[in-house]
Amino acid sequence: MSLVIKNLHACVRGGQEILCGVDLDVPTGEVHAIMGPNGSGKSTLSKVLCGHPDYEVTAGSVELNGQDLLAMPPDARSRAGLFLAFQYPVEVPGVSNANFLRAALKARLPEGEELDAVAYYKRLRKVMNELGMDPKFSSRAVNEGFSGGEKKRNEVLQMLMLEPLCAILDETDSGLDVDALRIVSQGVNAMRSSFRSFLVITHYKRLLDYIVPDVVHVFHQGRIERTGGRDLVDYIEEHGFDFLKKEDA
Amino acid sequence: MSSTTPAIPPTDARGDFSFPEKHAFDAGYGLTEATIDYICDAKGEPDWLRDFRKRALAKFRDMPQPLHWAPQEIAALDFDQIRYYLAQGTPARKNWDDVPDDVKRTFERLGVPEQERAFLAGVDAQYDSETAYKNMREELAKKGVIFVNPTEGLSAYESIFRPWFGKVIPVGDNKYAALNHAAFSGGSFIYVPKGVKLAQPLQAYFRINSESMGQFERTLIIADEGAELMYMEGCTAPKYDTATLHSGVVELVALPGAKIQYVTVQNWATNVYNLVIQRGLAMRDAEIRWIDCNIGSGVTMKYPAVILQGERARGEVVSISIARDGQLQDTGARMIHAASGTTSNIVAKSISIGHGRASYRGEVRVQPGATGCRNHTECDALLLHAESRTDTYPAITVHGDSAAVQHEASVSQVDEEMLFYMQQRGLTRAQAMSLAVNGFINDLVNEFPMEYSVELRRLIDMEMEDSIG
Repeated sequence: MSLVIKNLHACVRGGQEILCGVDLDVPTGEVHAIMGPNGSGKSTLSKVLCGHPDYEVTAGSVELNGQDLLAMPPDARSRAGLFLAFQYPVEVPGVSNANFLRAALKARLPEGEELDAVAYYKRLRKVMNELGMDPKFSSRAVNEGFSGGEKKRNEVLQMLMLEPLCAILDETDSGLDVDALRIVSQGVNAMRSSFRSFLVITHYKRLLDYIVPDVVHVFHQGRIERTGGRDLVDYIEEHGFDFLKKEDA
Repeated sequence: MSSTTPAIPPTDARGDFSFPEKHAFDAGYGLTEATIDYICDAKGEPDWLRDFRKRALAKFRDMPQPLHWAPQEIAALDFDQIRYYLAQGTPARKNWDDVPDDVKRTFERLGVPEQERAFLAGVDAQYDSETAYKNMREELAKKGVIFVNPTEGLSAYESIFRPWFGKVIPVGDNKYAALNHAAFSGGSFIYVPKGVKLAQPLQAYFRINSESMGQFERTLIIADEGAELMYMEGCTAPKYDTATLHSGVVELVALPGAKIQYVTVQNWATNVYNLVIQRGLAMRDAEIRWIDCNIGSGVTMKYPAVILQGERARGEVVSISIARDGQLQDTGARMIHAASGTTSNIVAKSISIGHGRASYRGEVRVQPGATGCRNHTECDALLLHAESRTDTYPAITVHGDSAAVQHEASVSQVDEEMLFYMQQRGLTRAQAMSLAVNGFINDLVNEFPMEYSVELRRLIDMEMEDSIG
């Protein structure tokens, strides 16, 4: 049971290849970090896994708990347990956070079944409280007029509410101050369990001090270039990604 | 809320039923002097009204269709293929038990009696040409509120009715005003005395049952000084292969300090031409708001207007239009600033789906001598498909240099990144689209009474499921 990516190739629709044979296995219960220089394809990987229409998969396979993700439309991947905390969360004008999340939860219920509204709001309030979010947030339109940090916190709120089996955090640390980083990390850590896996994409060691990864991958030129333990994070913090260039040469 | 029947039938399908015709009066097809005699005899109207109708008919015949500016679709409307008066020959009842069975069952199916019990101050239910049921809460009658149909208004309250009848929308205003003056039947006459404020809305429900029907209701609402009321109208009809015409005239008079809100939710079948004239006259410190939602009909032309006649009068139009395949929603607003210090606000949002077309047509005019006037107009169009269409025709005329007139317009498509974001949370594409559309008009939907706004949202959900899902 895990996220298994095999020889994944993808390009911008009708354009350049960006993922050039990604192999990655994230067993349930583990947290894997992906680091890498700008433009290495880290964010593209997260979008391709979720079925973003701008990208086309040209080869390879992706399975989540044995299910063929690539055969599913984006919404079915979500309902199968895949979650992406967006690097740039999108605004949905006129739709409140509470209504949006309720619609997302309802989409997971069997046809015709209704969400228990009282229980839902109770839980929403509790999780928002844990994330240090003002209760007024639930009635504001999704991400509209939110600061960068508020948007990121909102992504984590959605993750906690939707309880995915595999969550991808795409630079969730950017735009967060230290306090927010700590609260958000606590939220993620509280979700860590033997039946859930995480893929944490980040530039910085800072986040990985809070969300401690089991395995660290270095992404470069559309594929995983190196895999190691936590010591790899420290090495990159000290030496940067220059070692990748030396390997190229 | 969940216990009451929806305030608007959620789809054409729910309004799409009819009972066999049982008319005691049927003026036949086409509109001639003989038709008018037939209507006047059936209604027992005085001679002056008979002459008035006939003069209006002559005007109607003289005036051409306004094809130099109006959508060309109305050229296909054949006035000789319309039936101008169909009635069961029973007077309007004050008790649903006295209403003919088929008519009563129609309105029960549409949920009208239930809404009346739940949240309305009074109801007018019109079936083809005549009012079948009209009743108002006892305590309002005691306060001097009048709520009758125009026929009764003319006979029983002539001294209040006649001075304003046809004054806001004169007979020669346009071809359809003349048509309504000639053939009007049904509708409401409302008078709210000085200082009386209605806590609950009055509602009219317009129902067309018969094929090739022309419905020409006539409404005149007078709010005396400081009076306040909200009036709501809903419309449905079964779908027929032949054209149906709905051409009502609504005149509002808000005397100094009065407030009138007029809410329309129009969900006609798609064979209906909905060509309606709505105009209000706002005196000093008075306020008129038109809250308008057009979902149904094949062709709608409707531009609610406020003539800001007295100083500091306020006018507002809030408009939502949804145009699907085969529909043209040509809607908008008019604000005529005829006095100083008057303000107006127009917010119009339209959604075009598939081959649907939605147009905004607006006029803002500041008359000579009117100083310190302000208008803000915002019209936003959302196009759901590549073949969807929207047009905007604003006309702004300002005399003098002290007015502040703002016009903002936008056309957008549902953002693909937004849809992907929502799909990533598990919503199907149709659900995501529906949520996005609901979000687009959310601020306007909130202007409708709760019973209507809940239903409006459901209606949009169903439309999205049908057209995208």
